[in-house]
Amino acid sequence: MSRLFVNARLLDPANGLDAPGTLLVEAGRIAALNPAAPPADAERIDCAGACLCPGLVDMRVGLREPGEEHKESLATLAACAAAGGVTTLAALPDTDPPLDEPALVEFVARRAASLGVTVIPYGAATKRCEGRELAELGLLREAGAAAFTDGRRAIAEARTMRLALSYAATFGAFIIQHPEEPSLASGGAVTEGFQATMLGLPGIPAAAEAIMVARDIRLAALTGGHVHFGHVSTAEALALIRDAKAKGIRVTCDTAPPYFDLNETAVGEWRTYARLSPPLRAEADRLAVLAALADGTIDAIASDHQPQDTDAKRLPFAQAEPGGVGLETLLAVTLNAVHAGHLPLLDALALLTHRPARLLGVEAGRLAEGAPADLCLFDLDRAWQIRADDLCGNSRNTPFDGRPVQGKVLGTWKAGRRVFG
Amino acid sequence: MADHGFGRQVGKRRHLLGIAGLDPGQIRAALDLAETYISLNRQGGPRDVMRGRTLMNMFFEASTRTRTSFELAGKRLGADVINMSPSGSSVSKGETLIDTAMTLNAMHVDVLVVRHDQSGAAALLAQKLDASVINAGDGTHEHPTQALLDALTIRRHRGTLEDLTVAICGDVLHSRVARSNIHLLTTMGCTVRICAPPTLLPAGAAQLGVEVHTDMRKALAGADVVMMLRLQKERMSRSFVPSSREYFRFYGLDAAKLALAKPDALVMHPGPMNRGVEIDSSVADDLQHSVIQEQVEMGVAVRMAVLDLLTRDMRRNA
Repeated sequence: MSRLFVNARLLDPANGLDAPGTLLVEAGRIAALNPAAPPADAERIDCAGACLCPGLVDMRVGLREPGEEHKESLATLAACAAAGGVTTLAALPDTDPPLDEPALVEFVARRAASLGVTVIPYGAATKRCEGRELAELGLLREAGAAAFTDGRRAIAEARTMRLALSYAATFGAFIIQHPEEPSLASGGAVTEGFQATMLGLPGIPAAAEAIMVARDIRLAALTGGHVHFGHVSTAEALALIRDAKAKGIRVTCDTAPPYFDLNETAVGEWRTYARLSPPLRAEADRLAVLAALADGTIDAIASDHQPQDTDAKRLPFAQAEPGGVGLETLLAVTLNAVHAGHLPLLDALALLTHRPARLLGVEAGRLAEGAPADLCLFDLDRAWQIRADDLCGNSRNTPFDGRPVQGKVLGTWKAGRRVFG
Repeated sequence: MADHGFGRQVGKRRHLLGIAGLDPGQIRAALDLAETYISLNRQGGPRDVMRGRTLMNMFFEASTRTRTSFELAGKRLGADVINMSPSGSSVSKGETLIDTAMTLNAMHVDVLVVRHDQSGAAALLAQKLDASVINAGDGTHEHPTQALLDALTIRRHRGTLEDLTVAICGDVLHSRVARSNIHLLTTMGCTVRICAPPTLLPAGAAQLGVEVHTDMRKALAGADVVMMLRLQKERMSRSFVPSSREYFRFYGLDAAKLALAKPDALVMHPGPMNRGVEIDSSVADDLQHSVIQEQVEMGVAVRMAVLDLLTRDMRRNA
């Protein structure tokens, strides 16, 4: 069965393509762009001028199965991903039990395969993600782990990080760090500063991020390993990463939409849905994140999707769990930065498609002949308002509730099969 | 501006969740009313103001003075007063806070006085309840009635709050009393100095509109009022300060340091005091300066005034 997408604005950031055209899908793969003689019996999908880009690749998603399926199962995760135009996602291993066993890594990947989204698990960097002994990185890699991380927990010990970086390099894998010096962040709920003082909340200094980033850049240089920093949120850390890249040290990073679309004022008066880890930052940091997206310092935009149920959020602020869902709002909030003139459209899409795909080493994120027909159709201009109640998934803890956005996913195809819209 | 009442409107009721957001007029009105309640309190109070109303004291943290003060204030105004002291580890969890709020709602409590160890707990309850909520201390956020009673005490001695220099000394970082006092005194035109070891100063303190000091001698120089804050023992174990004796040496109020303030300076403390840690007994008990006992008396009058103000809508609508 072949499908022909007609009247599309084809966007392929990997090739700088932005032009009206048609796209032919056959047997789950892209058969041709602008075919001269498309098969007459192909199912025609009229895109009516909307944007057709590669299905999004989200390299940082919190997993709740196994262990906390009431917050999100793989099935609801897949539905959220499809609604957000995401066709490939990399999942953190800090589940319960954590993905520190090859069998668990295989289980997650296999179970998700039937759900219409490619889930690439990260393996635990250390056993039980406890930061002490290295996990079986080689076996986990063979089982399909894309990279290694302790998820939402920083690898605190410099020695452990050193060993992980050098050992993982043997298997061609990188280490993802949650860049936050734990002893400085311990007990903190918001970014340290005037607002934290006014609200009476324990603060985390922005420097906690830069300190960890500086240390790990030094360890990457020492070991020759590749360190990747997740959800980078501060000007100071980004400056360190920019310098390290210029020196040729193997360092990459991603950020998440809250860190370039919101600042600490979104916390308002103890709004627990705006409690994130790392915490929302000062406005100057938000602007620095936008600048680092524009100049290429940041390699990917990831949702940092972290489902938390109502019971975990309807609490006094410092007792509430951190994290926000983000799969469904990933594209729209990123497009806000495009509409505001911070990023060209193709650059923004590159951060959501082929750049993270290349980091993860997966065949995804391109509109190329022979590539999997993972596609996202979106209306670039449609204005709408994010409403927590309208989100799918078991958890609706978005920090963007009420946020007006421009740009909406209309349809998602995974290997040629429609999974949303 | 339609909003002329005291405190803040959330849902159906008015609440006192903090000093931040109150304007000078609201503060002055509360203090003026409290002034009239000082003598009324001594006479046993006007028992019709809250007749038929239910006041619940819900203290998730231990408290003798504040809870008793609210209890007395409520009784003097004729309210039915219920004390609830949830204790044990299960109730310190927030789920119970919301659950408890729902339960209270079903009981039709008119005023809820709440103390909780989490900042924002009173505001959370105000969103969930039909009752008026009075924050009697939430985490390290605010303790508004303490600031009002402190202001009343100062005003009775100095006749005004304007153009006074007030030094607030001690564990400012963890102190809700300090925050409420800073908001109130800066709003009323005082010069406020805060003084603490750097480890116990909150971030962005200067943005609060205060002078920030780490040298107590400079903070006290020429001050009209010296407010001491309680230093909790656990601050030592977490290394905010190395020891109580070192703390007392540099940040404890003794006669020598007090001599740097104005000769008639007032010494205040929200209690309970750690004698020999943040304050020397000779200063605490020196009635030339210390108004610590008077603060307690003002506490009842201020709480009567706050209860009166917050329940005016209920009387009007009754």
